[in-house]
Amino acid sequence: MKRRTFLRNSATAAALPVLLNGLPVTAFGRSPLLDALDAAPCQDRVLVLIQLNGGNDGLNTLVPLDQYAEYQAARANIAIEESTLLKLTNATGLHPKMTGLSQLYSNGKVRVIQAVGYAVPNYSHFRSTDIWLSASDSEEVISTGWMGRYLEGAYPGFPLGYPNASMPDPLAIQIGSVISPGLEGVASNMGMAFTDPNSYFNISNQNTPVGVGRRAGTELRYVRDIGQQIERFATPVKNAAGKAKNKSTRYPAAKTNLLADQLKIVAQLIAGGLKTRIYIVSQSGYDTHSFQVQGGAGTPVPHGTLLEQLSVAIDAFQDDIKLLGVEDRVVGLTFSEFGRRIKSNSSGGTDHGAAAPVFLFGSSVKSGILGQNPTIPTTVSVDDNLPMQFDFRSVYATLLRDWFCVDQATVNSLLNRDFGHLDLFDGISTTSVMDHLADTGSALFIAPNPAHALVSIGFSAPEGRVSIALFDATGRQIATAGELMHNGIASSMSIDVSALASGNYYVRLEHATGAIVKPLIVQR
Amino acid sequence: MPIPVYNGPWDKSMAAHLVRRTMFGPTPADIQNALGKGLTGAVDALLATVATPAEPIAYLKTGAVAEGQPWAESTYEAGAENVRLTFLQSWWIDIMLKQTFSVNEKMTLFWANHFSTGSQQVKDSRYMYRQNAVLREQALGSVKDLVREITFDPAMLRYLSGSTNTKQSPNENFGREVQELFSIGKGPEVAPGDYTNYTEADVKAAARVLTGWSDVTSGISAKFTASNHDTGSKTFSARYGGRVITGRTGEIGARQEIDELITMIFDQAETARAIVRKLYRWFVDYVITTDTERDIIEPLAASLRTNNFEIKPVLRELFLSAHFYDNERIGCTIKTPVDLVIGTVRLFHVPDIFPDDLKKSHWAYRAMRKTLATMQIDLFSPPNVAGWPAYYQAPAFHELWINADTLQKRVRFTNELMKDGYQLDEAYEKSFADVFVIKDWVRDPHDAAKLVDDLVELFFPVAILPEQRQALIDIILEGQPASAWVVAWSAWEGSPDDAVAKAVVETRLRNLLKFMLAMAEYQVC
Repeated sequence: MKRRTFLRNSATAAALPVLLNGLPVTAFGRSPLLDALDAAPCQDRVLVLIQLNGGNDGLNTLVPLDQYAEYQAARANIAIEESTLLKLTNATGLHPKMTGLSQLYSNGKVRVIQAVGYAVPNYSHFRSTDIWLSASDSEEVISTGWMGRYLEGAYPGFPLGYPNASMPDPLAIQIGSVISPGLEGVASNMGMAFTDPNSYFNISNQNTPVGVGRRAGTELRYVRDIGQQIERFATPVKNAAGKAKNKSTRYPAAKTNLLADQLKIVAQLIAGGLKTRIYIVSQSGYDTHSFQVQGGAGTPVPHGTLLEQLSVAIDAFQDDIKLLGVEDRVVGLTFSEFGRRIKSNSSGGTDHGAAAPVFLFGSSVKSGILGQNPTIPTTVSVDDNLPMQFDFRSVYATLLRDWFCVDQATVNSLLNRDFGHLDLFDGISTTSVMDHLADTGSALFIAPNPAHALVSIGFSAPEGRVSIALFDATGRQIATAGELMHNGIASSMSIDVSALASGNYYVRLEHATGAIVKPLIVQR
Repeated sequence: MPIPVYNGPWDKSMAAHLVRRTMFGPTPADIQNALGKGLTGAVDALLATVATPAEPIAYLKTGAVAEGQPWAESTYEAGAENVRLTFLQSWWIDIMLKQTFSVNEKMTLFWANHFSTGSQQVKDSRYMYRQNAVLREQALGSVKDLVREITFDPAMLRYLSGSTNTKQSPNENFGREVQELFSIGKGPEVAPGDYTNYTEADVKAAARVLTGWSDVTSGISAKFTASNHDTGSKTFSARYGGRVITGRTGEIGARQEIDELITMIFDQAETARAIVRKLYRWFVDYVITTDTERDIIEPLAASLRTNNFEIKPVLRELFLSAHFYDNERIGCTIKTPVDLVIGTVRLFHVPDIFPDDLKKSHWAYRAMRKTLATMQIDLFSPPNVAGWPAYYQAPAFHELWINADTLQKRVRFTNELMKDGYQLDEAYEKSFADVFVIKDWVRDPHDAAKLVDDLVELFFPVAILPEQRQALIDIILEGQPASAWVVAWSAWEGSPDDAVAKAVVETRLRNLLKFMLAMAEYQVC
């Protein structure tokens, strides 16, 4: 798709990005869509996205206890000792360093979503990030972000007239200097960067580097001062930062956990009354190709330390927003551009993979695990991946609909099609979903298995759209067996695998309220 | 006594400083050019005579003039006039965009500001063209000759009412501005009507000298009408030593009077100083300290007089001087809108701006002209006879280019060119800079840190803080390891036509460039 078709005639806000000490903050203007929510019961709701850069090793984050032997065999050099895992259920264990998250889970504030990904794995960090943030198909280039599309075309005059009484605050704030492609389209129109709200207003006192002339320094300060004047959202952000002080004592010391530092600011801004709906924070270092477990001098930060920081940061943040009295307004979602291979490599690390679990947290989420443990084959090749159970866009679709109260038609149009609806929140009616189907929402039977020719696929799922697809051992969708409208009554269909080479495959059933994945072995 | 010459190292940063101040841009090629030629070679090359550009053409058929044909010497057509002005503006933009390694374009703009003339008053684009051609042709010549030339310039005769300045009803307009703005300059008013350098009486006397001249549309020239010329003798004030210009008759006599008037003004030491100060503010810094006045302005003014008011040797001395390359002068001017717009477009290849289609190129230039106008430089339409306030309005001077309105527009322009799409014309889809040109500008585009360092050096006259540098690197890497960028760049290099591989690299490059060009460091020069 041509990028220019996504670009609209924008009246760009033109603040100068100022990169100084502290954490830069990028603010985005408000969306009419979210604005419309001001009249709705969901008006105060906030989404905090935690982006884990590098590709988080999902299998070492969430370990399938029911397949521990296979897990151990596939990655003996990095496997986590079974007894140390934090049991979320009898079948699923959390990384031992994630005690904070485990505790939150016990308190009913975490929804784990298994094996989230997309149909054709892409192993490029950047490309996969773009897929996640643009909500595109694997082969499709979309230059706008899924969140940015809220704004696309809706406010042709923006930023003229903003902020105003009904829209006083930025729509989305990104903490960190990188403008997320997920807000693209937004940044084009409203991109503005400023430092940590507490130090932002000291910009004009900032020094230029040693060696820059006094006269040049004067003119640079002049330009920055003007830049500050036109920073339309500076005042509300500053005011919000000034109104609330963080209350949690669980935050680690500043600069020891950069994610916690970012979330601390987010908590402060939410509690300070900012009407901003989306915050994006990030944590780097998940590209664990080597020395994933045992660190040491000259080695990268171990995966466990990253997860510990993540867990500590989320725990402190959740504690903080509870103490600040805004807990019910906030949910957070972690995500990473991809998971990692099932089999570890000989450097004590893992290479780029496919699907991985994500965590949705907050007092409003439905606690527990959505989906089933992925299947780890008995024999694993280096290229083998976990196929997706849930399309990442079904998570977005649910957030948009249930958390931001966007109507389904708009959700479908923002995501370019219907990705169904998952059971993620407490107390939110999900229309026709029957209770007994709420967890997986479906059943899937494959026979014979192993197979060599015709395979019968039996399934039941809630009424609505159903699609069945075949994935290979690398987690790649190789065929769709059919998409149909399902009447809610158990059905079956046949697929012919006689053209397939021997090996591990997966049948994936996606339906209106979830998905299920089952292994299929082809034997010649 | 010549001012001290620069004898420090001739490195990339100094070469870049020279071309930043003397050209619109600069491009990496300009910097390399300056570096390769050495200081003296570069300065001499910048000051060398350039080819005279072709006359403006009709980008599309207008009135009796066919598409692609020149119109500056054809007849005036009222119905075509508004369109011709846009052709003329496009013509100028085209020349600026295609400028060679020369100071001439910046000097042409200097004179257009100095001899500020508004097309809205002149109402004939042929006149405006003729004046611009004169300024361009004599951009580095004698300012004294140029003042003389401008006195008979048909556009100026119209703009400053010279054409209606007659013996019967004198009009003081040009007589005043030729002193106040074009030459000696107005000093403090030390007594009523006494501006230190000249008095109200001198304005009246000069106006009388200038009587009898008017513009003629045929041939676009100045015509002398003997009956309108004041043949009486003109006595100037004590500020000019009580000089008397003897009244003469006939065209030759009237010309003699004007020669005497201009010589009288240029004989005043203050005139050369005023010209040099203006050059200094244009090329070096708007702040003129008493030290600068003594050490730079005064010697250069002496040099201007010694060189018979030729601009070239004075600029040569200035551009070779230690003062010009002093660290205090680096990055201390604020870019004019022309520096920003023309410079940025020159720097980046913008495919749609140089189409083969005449009409389309005109529309593209017209859009750029409008962009410049929103930033407060409308070509051929300066705000008033004094030119742009950034060059005379103390104490803010250059800072007047930047305010809450214009800064938004400046940043919007670079945002659009780099990332959001610049609307050249309704006939176009949005245009985007070809950001892949940067691969030829940097040592190693696979290396995000080096890429940032090289672009910083190219775009900014001053260094940035380590935190700023890191943030710029982060824009490329997005929290990923540096190797991810190596992989991404290599992937695109390996298959440049792969849309996905290209998009991955292009997105990050556009993010980076948009950000960098919006930084305060890009607004200074």
